[in-house]
Amino acid sequence: MSDRASFLLAGARLVDPSSGTDVVADLAVVDGMLAEPSPDLRRLDGRGLVVAPGLCDLRASLAPDLDDPAAIADLARCAARGGYTSVCLASAPERSRDIPARMAGLHLRAMGAMTRDGAGEQLADLRALTDAGVVGVSDAATRSAGLTRAALLYLAPLGMPLVVRAEEPSLAGGALVRAGRVSTRLGLSGWPPSAEVVVVERDLALAAETGGWIHFSRLSTAGALDAIRRARARGVRVTCDVAASHLALWDGWVAGDRRFSWDAADGSPFTNALNPSLAYDAACRTDPPLPSLADARALLAGVSDGTVDAVVSDHAPQPPQRKLVEFAAASPGMVGLQTSLSLGLAAVEVGALELPDLVAALGVRPAALVGERRTLAIGSPADLVVFDPAARWVVERETLASVHANTPLLGRELPGVVRLTVADGRITHGDLADLS
Amino acid sequence: MTGDVGTWPHRHLLDVDSLSRAEIERLLDLAVELRAALTSAETAERLRSVVIGLAFYEASTRTRVSFEVAGRALGATVVDLDVVGSSVSKGESLLDTLRTLQRTGASLIVLRHPASGAPYLAARGVDAAIVNAGDGQHAHPTQALADALTLREAIGGPDGSLDGRKIAIVGDILHSRVARSNLHALLALGASVWLAGPPAYVRGFDAWPGVTVARLDEALDGADAVMTLRIQLERAAGGGVPSLAEYARVWGLTEERLALARPDAPVLHPGPTNEGVEISAELAASPRSLIGRQVENGVPVRMAVLSLLASAAHP
Repeated sequence: MSDRASFLLAGARLVDPSSGTDVVADLAVVDGMLAEPSPDLRRLDGRGLVVAPGLCDLRASLAPDLDDPAAIADLARCAARGGYTSVCLASAPERSRDIPARMAGLHLRAMGAMTRDGAGEQLADLRALTDAGVVGVSDAATRSAGLTRAALLYLAPLGMPLVVRAEEPSLAGGALVRAGRVSTRLGLSGWPPSAEVVVVERDLALAAETGGWIHFSRLSTAGALDAIRRARARGVRVTCDVAASHLALWDGWVAGDRRFSWDAADGSPFTNALNPSLAYDAACRTDPPLPSLADARALLAGVSDGTVDAVVSDHAPQPPQRKLVEFAAASPGMVGLQTSLSLGLAAVEVGALELPDLVAALGVRPAALVGERRTLAIGSPADLVVFDPAARWVVERETLASVHANTPLLGRELPGVVRLTVADGRITHGDLADLS
Repeated sequence: MTGDVGTWPHRHLLDVDSLSRAEIERLLDLAVELRAALTSAETAERLRSVVIGLAFYEASTRTRVSFEVAGRALGATVVDLDVVGSSVSKGESLLDTLRTLQRTGASLIVLRHPASGAPYLAARGVDAAIVNAGDGQHAHPTQALADALTLREAIGGPDGSLDGRKIAIVGDILHSRVARSNLHALLALGASVWLAGPPAYVRGFDAWPGVTVARLDEALDGADAVMTLRIQLERAAGGGVPSLAEYARVWGLTEERLALARPDAPVLHPGPTNEGVEISAELAASPRSLIGRQVENGVPVRMAVLSLLASAAHP
């Protein structure tokens, strides 16, 4: 018996941004391939459900305290539950070197390091990395303009992006939250938007000059998106992503305001007493820090208008000993693979985002950036997610598949339940019996 | 005679922001009563069965001693964890250490910590009532309450209120937990607060309702009282101000500069002072200086805080 799925999902909303499709129709899968509907297939009720190409995450990290097999299994569980069929690992290259490129049901991709040993001094053997199948080249260490230019020039003929975090250390150093009312109120050192914008502008100049492809990872400012719009207009090869959490969450969360960006008013954090059970929650510490309310909304608008190519989960599981500590001592990041689609759907529900734009930014467009095709076209391998956009679930330790539950969304009810994840023709999450 | 403190609605004192004007006034009234009865037998019985734990993660002399004296005056047993000098903090998380302190019987923990927000983590993680004795650059509520008492007695109206009073705070507001807590306290008591200092140190505070960020001469003009803050050399080096000499020349408080304020407007400083930098030695020693009074008021204010929280913890 084949482990490739076969079924007919009747009356679902098929959303495929690769072809501009958004229709209510039947979807058939035969032996793991998308096929013409036929009466012989097991018939499932798709009414009220959405089918979209499988989600592709450009950035997820492994749990730092688990050994590789356990950390990868942990990540794969979260990915399948969240509707993802491929994930690019953000972890250090030495950690991802020996990871099989394709494991059961999840396409794992790796980034190469731009500089030798990630030391930021000398270019790594970039041809060897690209030949080994990395999807991009990135660097954790501070990048000089000179090395960035050299890497862009060297990578240009290879069609390989230089994937960068844009942050000027002399502006960002020691900052814990976005500079603004919340940092002023809480006495936490503030991260000015210029920390990101000056590096984006610099790198865009380098990309323009070299013809190289630059991809900015986890942008968090309106200023950076503006710079990208201008650069694209003059033909610079630039792509970018933002973290899903940065669309919905904003710096007010650190002060205990737990409204989503589209619900929040830009009120004053000064006159209310801080809530002892919510203020300074290290679960809200991210890298870069949560954006201002205005910037969170600008990022959402950037997803809508296509300035932002991809929304990433920035999944970063952390053990309690790294989070149940002082805000300044906490490791940044939150688990995100299971909540990214739901946060996006929460925005869709209130009209802050269109569903096809969300699906494109979570799947089709990031997949295209790493050379993977995502489509619901007949004849293609079934690589898709089926979700109920109206169903609710509560984010809890028990409902999260990850070993670690570091997210400020704990206790929150979110829309969007993934019913089925099909990766490469195989069901990685969900049960056909539940859809009969 | 000291009255019954009754119940107090707050479990912790994390900042002044959680206190209403009436609660601040009640606390200051109690501080005045306790100050008058500092050595009475009744005062020494108030917290007779209470253990107060001091957890100071930052060097501090005046605040720690002030809490210690306040606790002892109320008859409490004061346990100093001596975190800085001992090995207890090495590799042990804040919550683990405080839980240990709690196991010694401490129902009130006085926490000083270099990280903003640490008392909030503590309040979530232990059962004891947390008294914030200064957290990073965020808050220093007992200092602000002592300052409020000092100001109330120096420039307050007949009812002790600061309604309509203009108070100038000068210096490094950005990094100052004292300034932030004072903003909450002084605004709650009806004062208007004017801030002046190097641009990087006052930036953003104009968004705080009731606060005006201004040039030094504007802030001092007609002020009923002036508070200046300690400038820390290591922070000056971070770019807020080129040098202490430059700071003193532009923002240092002198008798001459103070001529802009109301005649005899008092001067405050949370200490320790850098004389000749934030404030001239003459001014610090002049009759206008309330610096000594601020320290003296620290003890009864902390006694009032400990009494009220103990009444909340043991109703």
